[in-house]
Amino acid sequence: MQFAYSEKGLSVEIFKADVVIVGGGGAGLRAAIAVAESDPKLKIALVSKVYPMRSHTVAAEGGAAGVKKPTDSFEYHFHDTVGGGDWLCEQDVVEYFVKQAPVELTQLEHWGCPWSRTEDGHVNVRAFGGMKIERTWFAADKSGFHILHTLFQTSIKYPSIKRFDEHFCVDLLEEDGRAQGAVVVEMGTGEFTMIEAKSVIIATGGAGRVFRESTLGGIVTGDGMALAYRHGVALRDMEFVQYHPTCMPITGLLFTEACRGEGGYLVNKDGYRYLQDYGLGPLNDKPKNKYMELGPRDRLSQAFYFEQQKGRTIEHPVLGSVVHLDLRHLGEAYLRERLPLIYEMAETFMGIDPAKEPIPVRPGVHYTMGGIKVDGNCESSLKGLYAIGECSSVGIHGANRLGSNSLTELLVFGKVAGVQAAANAKAQTPGNSASLLKQAQAVEQRVMALKTKKGGTERIATIRKEMVQSMEDGCGIYRMEDTMQATCDKLAELRERFKNISIDDQSSVWNTDWLTAIELDYQLDVAQTMAHSAINRKESRGAHQRLDGPDGAYKLRDDVNFLKHSEAYYVAGGAPRIALGDVKITTSQPAARVYGAAGEKADQERKASHV
Amino acid sequence: MSESQKVIEIEVLRYLPESDAAPHSEIYKVPFSDDMSVLQGAQYIKDNLDGSLTFRWSCRMAICGSCGMMINGIPKLSCETFLRDYYPNRISIEALANFPIEKDLVTDLSGFIEKLEAIQPYIIPKEPRTLEQGEYLQTPEQFNAYIQFTSCINCTLCYAACPQVGLNPDFIGPAAIALAHRYNMDSRDGGTAQRMELLASEDGVYNCSAVGYCSEVCPKHVDPGNAVNINKIEAAKDYFLRFLSPKGGSK
Repeated sequence: MQFAYSEKGLSVEIFKADVVIVGGGGAGLRAAIAVAESDPKLKIALVSKVYPMRSHTVAAEGGAAGVKKPTDSFEYHFHDTVGGGDWLCEQDVVEYFVKQAPVELTQLEHWGCPWSRTEDGHVNVRAFGGMKIERTWFAADKSGFHILHTLFQTSIKYPSIKRFDEHFCVDLLEEDGRAQGAVVVEMGTGEFTMIEAKSVIIATGGAGRVFRESTLGGIVTGDGMALAYRHGVALRDMEFVQYHPTCMPITGLLFTEACRGEGGYLVNKDGYRYLQDYGLGPLNDKPKNKYMELGPRDRLSQAFYFEQQKGRTIEHPVLGSVVHLDLRHLGEAYLRERLPLIYEMAETFMGIDPAKEPIPVRPGVHYTMGGIKVDGNCESSLKGLYAIGECSSVGIHGANRLGSNSLTELLVFGKVAGVQAAANAKAQTPGNSASLLKQAQAVEQRVMALKTKKGGTERIATIRKEMVQSMEDGCGIYRMEDTMQATCDKLAELRERFKNISIDDQSSVWNTDWLTAIELDYQLDVAQTMAHSAINRKESRGAHQRLDGPDGAYKLRDDVNFLKHSEAYYVAGGAPRIALGDVKITTSQPAARVYGAAGEKADQERKASHV
Repeated sequence: MSESQKVIEIEVLRYLPESDAAPHSEIYKVPFSDDMSVLQGAQYIKDNLDGSLTFRWSCRMAICGSCGMMINGIPKLSCETFLRDYYPNRISIEALANFPIEKDLVTDLSGFIEKLEAIQPYIIPKEPRTLEQGEYLQTPEQFNAYIQFTSCINCTLCYAACPQVGLNPDFIGPAAIALAHRYNMDSRDGGTAQRMELLASEDGVYNCSAVGYCSEVCPKHVDPGNAVNINKIEAAKDYFLRFLSPKGGSK
């Protein structure tokens, strides 16, 4: 057994890198490879609080979007994405994204990703919600798992990538107006390392664990968002939190949208495919893209809410209100081939054979559309600080992400950030190591004090439970002023109470009690940006839906006042300051966001007007 | 949960390296419902009874590979093992066998990671292709030849199950060999000869005594035991061919 915990008290190890990447999931790994391929002489530090293949990319199921079929086009993918995002996307960034998507997905194929194939040996694509043409590349229903393992395994080829596995980032280093590194704790020893770097990439994933019922792993705590935010960088569009419509009740575990892409139905207690009542119909003989179950996630989760209000959900004695995801007509053989993970999960966790019984499901928190505000080069307002993947807001998801755009995002913007960070690292002169070390030592003292302080009485788990409940109550699928205000107030109260926490574990080795407290601190900041951005947005758009306002005015989209990004800025000791920022529109002017037959009609009219 | 709450006893093998000379058992009483996993039992202890209890976990859905433990002596993923299946008996949980313990249920994985890295787990292209040339084609037969071996989640249950890993910690072991096999069997790859050197070495496939327990405990049906056995034959062929061909072995 080997553990070398420091007996010298405060001491900081130093590692000099050119680029430090915080987060070793799909985005971080893709960026690391891009830096390594840009210039093998650049030294890369890849920091992850779990071994990279544990990162939550692993749990993505359905697939990654990129134009593949001859009947598809970049223009179609662009319009699906911008309309799907309720026109809150950065359209120039989306244009780049859709063009680069197939290139990156092919690159992954060359690296060995076991994409599912057609009989003639080509990569196959499946239908997905809100996508006009089948363009979702998939590896059965374990697409994220395969993407992550392919990237992790491929990264092993590059000797310039030095991994800091199971290292936890506690702060960024900033001097002379630019990012200059990160301070990390080795979880196995509790020892601190200062990683000096000329470019810093944050790739820490989402923050959905601030909610109670989510599809997410325990590590999805918004660390990188909070780190950038505390350094003055805006968190953009944080009110847009995606509820995935088909989750396992109580645990929140995900039943992929591919269940519906492959032809699954959603039915209420009368066995009725209720989505036809919510602007997604009419019913067709066969699954039709952008109709019914292939509508976008926000609309499907909202439909659930109204079914529940109408008393048409199934009231399960243990699971609560649910609807049924019915896959029976697809047959066991097809389900085993296309949805093997879903099949196993239904069997193991629920004791249900999905070929014989429908699966009870309800919406659960799944994705944070917003994040660290960055430009099309993935650079933030702090020079040398980049962000990619779910922790970032580069502008492709707007107010509602389409399923399968985010796995592609990791690849496309992981590469962009890697290339940009490499170029920046080569252009920058080294920082002042002595003063950076002083910063790092101050960080260590602050972080250690959280553990060693005496006399606290609050349990971390209690504060966390109150936070996640309050977020669900105030910032759920539908929102109102008074409950959002109650959440804002609650979060302020929890911020105060956090100062009085007590930590059971005082040891150095693998002190997850202490690390969980640091995560909770991050979560409280991120939750505040969500709640305050939400209460400030007095309209309904995408995943942010309100039921209030004078004469119900906030139930509607308001392009006059709110065709704007929300930007949350850190205010020490207080609530965030919310500003509004412009949205980049190139070729798609905001229009009614319609699906089903109405969507098809609107498409035709748009086409006709271009002729 | 209003009617009489069921309570299960969880016996945890604790080890706090800074204060314990040796591991010791502690028993916790955990109220539970039928949907609760062993992982949720451990989380209950950490949240409510003792914040110092330490274990790895994340996805809760048997895909991230973090939460393996010995559960009543059998290596399992704690997120997909349920308390109800053990009640009313006491359940015991310990760190995965055959690994050094860092703390409580946390094992030292550095050796395992080094083995993964050593087998060159990436495509070494047989026929390099540019992105402009598009994807490689793979027929269903070519795809089926390797796909099963891609499913490993690196949970290391197979190492905890393997008697030979217990005897020779340097044995590359089931998961890493299965991963090498995955790339060897991929029609895009031409790196078999390079990987075979390690597979046929003294820490390679011949350590396996064909007990097959690795495949039995694998939560993803990778069947690493099969991969190891196929490679015993390949390594033997490789060894034999070395005498016939001046350039050496396979392919």
